Amino acid sequence: MRYIETELIKEKVQETLVKINFEFDEGYIKVLENAFMREEAALGKEVLKDLLENAKIALNEKIPICQDTGMVNVYIELGQDVTLKGRPLHEAVNEAVKGAYKENYLRPSIVEDPISRKNTGDNTPAIIHFELVSGEKVTIFILAKGGGSEQICHVGMLSPHQGIEGVKEFVLSVVKEAGPNPCPPVILGVGIGGNFDYVAYLAKKALLRSWGERHPDPFYADIELELISRINELGLGPGGLGGKFYVLDVRVATYPTHIAQLPVAVAFNCNAFRIGKIEI
Amino acid sequence: MAHYDLRVPFVEKGIVEALKAGDKISLTGTIYTARDAAHKRIKQELEEGSFHYFPLTGAVIYYCGPTPAPPGRVIGSAGPTTSYRMDPYVSLLVQHGVKGFIGKGKRSQEVKEVLKTHGGVYLIATGGAGALLSTRILSAKVIAYPDLGPEAIFEFYVKDFPVIVGIDTHGNDIYEIGPSMWLNTLQKNPLNPSER
Repeated sequence: MRYIETELIKEKVQETLVKINFEFDEGYIKVLENAFMREEAALGKEVLKDLLENAKIALNEKIPICQDTGMVNVYIELGQDVTLKGRPLHEAVNEAVKGAYKENYLRPSIVEDPISRKNTGDNTPAIIHFELVSGEKVTIFILAKGGGSEQICHVGMLSPHQGIEGVKEFVLSVVKEAGPNPCPPVILGVGIGGNFDYVAYLAKKALLRSWGERHPDPFYADIELELISRINELGLGPGGLGGKFYVLDVRVATYPTHIAQLPVAVAFNCNAFRIGKIEI
Repeated sequence: MAHYDLRVPFVEKGIVEALKAGDKISLTGTIYTARDAAHKRIKQELEEGSFHYFPLTGAVIYYCGPTPAPPGRVIGSAGPTTSYRMDPYVSLLVQHGVKGFIGKGKRSQEVKEVLKTHGGVYLIATGGAGALLSTRILSAKVIAYPDLGPEAIFEFYVKDFPVIVGIDTHGNDIYEIGPSMWLNTLQKNPLNPSER
């Protein structure tokens, strides 16, 4: 048994949120630089140039990478041999969001009711997912995700007879519909299986994977590569203005499903890919 | 595709009509932010005849909700938001004299028709480049709806603010032209498999 103070988790979450709003991780910068070097379409290349310059300005002048500092998505993998002490974990996380956003001039983008729409003023609450895992570690993934790319995420409840071809067609049709709206180049998470709600979770969580990591099943690893090629062959390019790089990676996550179902979900992340990982 | 340095608001006759989808423009002058919540109020006030916050003739509206200005800065990050949510308001604004809209993402067919009929232009700023764009904003102040926080109307004085023409007054749309030009280039000169 290991005891962890939720205050410690609060501090780490707050620190991470501040960092990711001003600084991309190195792996992602390399991916953007590579795309910039290889892009051949003039307008598309210009977009990638802007994004790289933007990242430098954000870091050096401490201006948030994007004005949409996002709704905070938190994925907590809690080892079942951990006992938490202090205030409830969800309160600690929301306190971290409040501190990070208010103290660092990050935009509050959350309204307290979807219809009356009054801004909560401190970007709370976060969306928090808890998962119990074995061991005595706590792993937390954080995604500060903008509204534009979230707004065009899709779930499709396909029929099992549509199979993998149906899945690919669904992903391509969602991408065509999205076009320039989610601020390409994008990163795509694709969930396949589970049920209506779980497939969306799978797709979102797939976004958290590391660069260069492929689905462990070679069948799905090939599907990821095929989707990257087929999406980029649409020619939409950076900014949707034409070019080679609309999508920088496709990450598939799968789960068993019901005999009557083939759920598919497509989660877009915009080029402001603000992601953090905490291990305690 | 040409490059122009233009003053805003667009007061000179014929300026907007001369622009072509894909042209690069550096804007200098005054622009006004408005996004979802501000548009709702502007519409209501225009219909009541009480709107008075800024002159609409020749105005350029920027779909933007910036991050708050930290001490010592004019404004925080200030890039464009997705435009289609403001599609239902374009017709009303253009009829009141607005000449330009800055945002990112696709517009409806109706918006294209309105821009064509009344002479207005849709301009695109790079989505995700809010830090870069903020360096081109020399002054900023809230002029309406401060209770809306980031959704208030800000008056920005910009210098060399970089945009490209998205939809021109002839109905051309860079989101159609750009990708199809690239696909044509590819048809003539296919990429090596290693270059894909």
